[in-house]
Amino acid sequence: MTGQFRLRLIVLLAAAWLMPVAKSELRIDITEGAGQAVPIAVVPFGWEGSGAPSTDVSGLVAADLIRTGRFAPIPETDMLEFPTTGAEVDFGDWRILGIVYVIVGRLSETGPDSYMIQFQLFDVFRGEQLLGYRLPSTSAALRASAHRVSDMIYEKLTGVPGIAGTRIAYVNVLGKSDAEIFRLIVSDSDGENARVMLESADPILSPAWSPDGRKLAYVSFERGHSEIYVQVLRTGARQRVSARSGVNSAPAWSPDGRILALTLSKTDGNLDIYTLDLSNQVLGRLTDNPAIDTEPSWSADGRWIFFTSDRSGGPQIYKISVNGGRAQRQTFEGNYNARPRVSPDDQSIAVVHNDRGNFRIAVLDVARAYLQVLTDGHLDESPSFAPNGETLIYATREGGRGLLAAVSIDGRIRQRISSVEGDVREPAWSPFPLN
Amino acid sequence: MRHLRYLIPMVFLAVVMGCATQSGTDTRDGADTGAVAIDSGVTTGRVSDDGAQPGALIPGDRALNLVNDRIVYFAFDSAEIRTADRELIRLHGRNLADNPDLSIRLEGHADERGSREYNIGLGEQRAHSVKAALMVQGVSTDQLTMVSYGEERPAVLGSNELAWEKNRRLEMVYGQQR
Repeated sequence: MTGQFRLRLIVLLAAAWLMPVAKSELRIDITEGAGQAVPIAVVPFGWEGSGAPSTDVSGLVAADLIRTGRFAPIPETDMLEFPTTGAEVDFGDWRILGIVYVIVGRLSETGPDSYMIQFQLFDVFRGEQLLGYRLPSTSAALRASAHRVSDMIYEKLTGVPGIAGTRIAYVNVLGKSDAEIFRLIVSDSDGENARVMLESADPILSPAWSPDGRKLAYVSFERGHSEIYVQVLRTGARQRVSARSGVNSAPAWSPDGRILALTLSKTDGNLDIYTLDLSNQVLGRLTDNPAIDTEPSWSADGRWIFFTSDRSGGPQIYKISVNGGRAQRQTFEGNYNARPRVSPDDQSIAVVHNDRGNFRIAVLDVARAYLQVLTDGHLDESPSFAPNGETLIYATREGGRGLLAAVSIDGRIRQRISSVEGDVREPAWSPFPLN
Repeated sequence: MRHLRYLIPMVFLAVVMGCATQSGTDTRDGADTGAVAIDSGVTTGRVSDDGAQPGALIPGDRALNLVNDRIVYFAFDSAEIRTADRELIRLHGRNLADNPDLSIRLEGHADERGSREYNIGLGEQRAHSVKAALMVQGVSTDQLTMVSYGEERPAVLGSNELAWEKNRRLEMVYGQQR
């Protein structure tokens, strides 16, 4: 194949949600917990309806809460009673077990394809209800409703919005080096519900969620060079938004979703940051420097763009006003800091940092100008903040295989996310789902 | 081998040019493994002591060759052409300048370390470094196309120095223009 132009047959599948893959594509393991995860009980929910329920709502809630690393639901077999309403809870039984919070509830079939989830969260020590809700749902939405329950509980107990109801986009690579298949996949944050958004014989990278969570921008080499596409998740419809001469890469949405920052090299091979107004295709140039300027990331307030530049020698992080002007260097520690991602509160910047020969994820505290290395891999890359800012997902390698991993920004909770088949890379965490 | 008819004149040219530039020492081994030559782009061929055949190629060694020597290697985080590779690029530049119907695609690549998008940038800069060096030889921009794959298409799998140095490369891919 080498020695000739590659005229590849491109297998393109842009069928969006029509294309489910294996039920779960990812396996998520907690490799390090929060030290003292809080013991809780998620009592199996009652069921009122015909046959068996299609979705184990309380099982999903327990799994979501385990995955946060902050809670330790006890196994069903250790429970002394199985209340499904608050009136049935005997707080003494739960105190004996050392349980701090109890969650009870029931799932009812209220009509054809119509369900009601009700749940209550109790503080065992005080014997009082902290939260109680009813959520209508449908069979297709039951999983999402269960994640919503988890997120309400998590927010009540920690004060931080939960992320069980979010999604992740990632790139899955199958096959050997000369016959690879690249797949852009979107799944629920627990790895379930995986859908193939795009499948191609050529590389796919840099998926980026629109702020409303309805679209993905990404880079595809399907026509022999890098081009940027925007694809609507619900319909699978997509649009090529940048196919200029040279590099078209690193798309990043403005917080209002109207503008894409991107990297172009045009014909002179000089990579700079540009902005593309998606409503009228007007292109603006933000940087003009002979160095490599790439990997733009918007601040949450929409006023700044952080980016990688090697204008001082090696790659370092700079910021520039969205109105242009002088770029200001942000990182000074080490000879390699790249691929900035601004946290949702604008307080920190996640970067890829060369830590004495190992490429690791580090977080720059903007106010204190302090860089903290969070991961311990050799080839860690592509950090992406969860929308609540508590966790970073990133790509790593282990035994020659590409995996994903997550780490809380205090470094205490770690997860390892492997794919059922092939390599996984380029994770991008979705925004919060719209109500 | 659809492009055999282009390869034949190239092989011929390689032999001619190889002879022209050879002074008994002009060999370079392992083109496809990309062994890095010393100094001026050539490694020294051994000549037998009895003086019977000065300049004979030792089996396994050979002259720089347009067909097999199409890859330029780079240092980490660098797009600078090493002195050792200038002769190879000059050879291809001459070939393209002398055969305006030939075209070449410059594919820039990076090793897997660091971030993917920055590596796309490095690959692009590597392609443009070689483009500039080719144009010095009189190659027309019409004959050149460029693409950067960054770290997306490694030549060699593995996470070690040996693999990395083979992946930081620029591949010159001949094709038909127009």
